[in-house]
Amino acid sequence: MSVIDVSREHGLILSRVEISRAAGPHGGRRILGPVSLTVPPGEVVTVMGPSGCGKSSLLALICGTLAPALTGSGRILLNGEDISPRPPEQRHIGILFQDDLLFPHLSVAGNLAFGLPRGLRGRRARRDRIEAALAEADLSAFYDRDPTTLSGGQRARVALLRTLLSEPRALLLDEPFAKLDVALRDRFRSFVFDHARAQGLPTLLVTHDPQDAASAAGPRLQIDAEGRIADGRRTGRDHRPGNIT
Amino acid sequence: MRRRSLLTYLPVITLGAFLAPVGAGLIGTWLPAFGYFPTLGGKSLSLAPWKTLFAQPGLAESLRLTLLSGVLATLAAFLLTVFFLAACHGGRVILAVRGLMAPLIAVPHAAVAFGIAFLIAPSGWLVRLVSPWATGWDLPPDVATVQDSNALALTLALIVKEVPFLILMTLAALEQVRADERLAVARSLGYGPVVAWLKAVLPAVYRQIRLPIYAVLAFSLSVVDMALILAPLSPPPLAVQVLRWFNDPDLTMRFVAAAGATLQLLLVVGAIGLWRLGEVVVARLGCAWIAGGQRGGDGRVTRAISAGLLQALVMLASAGLFVLAMWSVTRRWRYPDALPSALSLDTWSRQASDLLSTGGVTLITGLVAAVIALLLVLGCLENEWRRGLTLSNRALWLLYAPLLVPQVAFLFGTQVLAIQAGIDATWVALVWSHLLFVLPYVFLTLADPYRALDERYARTALCLGAGPARVFWQVKLPMLLRPVLFALAVGFAVSVTQYLPTLFAGGGRFATLTTEAVSLSAGGDRRVMGVYAFLQALLPLLAFVAALALPRLLAGPQAGRRGLQPRTA
Repeated sequence: MSVIDVSREHGLILSRVEISRAAGPHGGRRILGPVSLTVPPGEVVTVMGPSGCGKSSLLALICGTLAPALTGSGRILLNGEDISPRPPEQRHIGILFQDDLLFPHLSVAGNLAFGLPRGLRGRRARRDRIEAALAEADLSAFYDRDPTTLSGGQRARVALLRTLLSEPRALLLDEPFAKLDVALRDRFRSFVFDHARAQGLPTLLVTHDPQDAASAAGPRLQIDAEGRIADGRRTGRDHRPGNIT
Repeated sequence: MRRRSLLTYLPVITLGAFLAPVGAGLIGTWLPAFGYFPTLGGKSLSLAPWKTLFAQPGLAESLRLTLLSGVLATLAAFLLTVFFLAACHGGRVILAVRGLMAPLIAVPHAAVAFGIAFLIAPSGWLVRLVSPWATGWDLPPDVATVQDSNALALTLALIVKEVPFLILMTLAALEQVRADERLAVARSLGYGPVVAWLKAVLPAVYRQIRLPIYAVLAFSLSVVDMALILAPLSPPPLAVQVLRWFNDPDLTMRFVAAAGATLQLLLVVGAIGLWRLGEVVVARLGCAWIAGGQRGGDGRVTRAISAGLLQALVMLASAGLFVLAMWSVTRRWRYPDALPSALSLDTWSRQASDLLSTGGVTLITGLVAAVIALLLVLGCLENEWRRGLTLSNRALWLLYAPLLVPQVAFLFGTQVLAIQAGIDATWVALVWSHLLFVLPYVFLTLADPYRALDERYARTALCLGAGPARVFWQVKLPMLLRPVLFALAVGFAVSVTQYLPTLFAGGGRFATLTTEAVSLSAGGDRRVMGVYAFLQALLPLLAFVAALALPRLLAGPQAGRRGLQPRTA
């Protein structure tokens, strides 16, 4: 398969992506990469590594919210298009963090409406869409509630719904299970993975919890403390689904 | 795209908007100080103004009063702040005091000065409360407790006004240096609470509060409105004397005034330099003291004394406000009655129309200046966030410049400039001159909360498809509603309190509550003074009440649970 074929593939493809410091005393020093990987639709690829290895920066680069002190290079293809020149709000990439980050000044429904695309017009239609999403997640009773009055598990689910309602074309997970207690963690994990698979979203998970990776049941990529790919390196030249080079 | 480029230039525009008038004003004052002022016939540089200045009778006494009150007030305010916070760290007193400091900062200097004068004057409320039954004074005692020859009344008022500012600045700095952890370590090594604070926390905190302290020192050395009310008048402290020379009907005195204004600047620069030297010496000695290993006691005495002194200051300020309010509704209050014998609203109704116009000018100027400052500051902070910049230490000095340079040292030059630009004695000049002092305070108030907002909220919102403008208006601004309104109230309060800028830029055409109240101080009718000073204090206090109440009203009844100011990580 040639490179051109790769770019036509659906899913999220990173091609020789690197992150380095932009300026200052360590200017130009590489902190991550080069990383190439393919996340096919509906599959979860896990990136593992110690804290500080640049995992979160990788996700920020994909979202377009990389700190100005860092610069990225390489190509980021989403469903065949290079999204790296676009501003974050036009990339259609959803992200979940450790914290739910629900906006405290908005109700549950207000948070979901914030995520809902402008294209869906009419108050009735928007409300229906939100109610349907809440009902499907067993959260119907919480429409008007203040997010701070919800339990941790409920908030986590609302956060995922908010992201999904924004109709992302790929999903990034920045250790979203780390702060939940063990019992909740398993349930929320399958909640996230089931939704991602059902919507056919290419999903990239960064974590340092092997349990997360096992549960994701997809390919793994290990990054060492210097930001290099430590193992799991394969020599295959093709970009088969989930393959990491 | 246009929007973004405008935002990029905003910091430069903002700095220019308030540094240019200061810089140009300084030069515009230095030139006449050396004889160059063509409008008045000074066409060449000379030292004549300085010779005349040094020949002025009473100059030495003016300098003595200035230095005494300024340095003493700063030193006392600093020591009280340090020992109070060291002795009461983590205690409930701190929480109570923190809540009281913001309203105290809001009360304008002139109102504090009037309140203290009405309390401690020989015929003031304190003497009335204990006379004649305890003192036997049927007549006010013949002691100068106000406008005393050592300017101690002025010093006291300065302390009352500066301690709240220093306490709030230090409390903010304490969070940044992780004082609790430092204290926990020191305490576990056997140090008593006060010594632990002084040895493990103060060295780190001092770095953060250095600029605020210099600002306090500069202000105390060059205050005019408080000095007009509380300091001796012949001769008065230097800044007041300089103002008199500027207002002298003999126009050639402008040269002497300009030289005096420059001397005032040198005085402040010299005092800050000396203070810096003192820092070095104290740091040297302090290092030896820290290495010595003295553990210190349980700090009970320090706690009792410092908390007692602080409570006394708070009570003095509040009692002052109360006595202002009481005088404003007094019909008859004979000495030595403890309370007025007859109350009425006559004074208020007689002054109603004047109050309406001066109050209106005060209100509108303050609101306009505060809103402009807020917009500029929000723009700068948002630009900083979008471009990932942080304010350097040098930029912080620039921000403090209008607070470090004595007002009297550059406002004359600025006025000359305003005349040449054709905006002298206009609204634009008035608001602009207030903006010079409103802007730094609004920035200092808003910068920390703005930067502390977890940036992942904005990142999440961007990834949900919201553009940067929508993120700013719909996510950040609502989440920062409380600090934004608070900064607005601070800006308004700073504008209300301005005396000299209103005099110079207003060119006599604009009277605010502050200029009116201060000019009444020469008259001596306590009822009218009470009305003006009380209203002057009331406006900023109302602004703070509104800033606290509005978010609750806007967000409805659940606001309390919703917690509008989240500060994660």
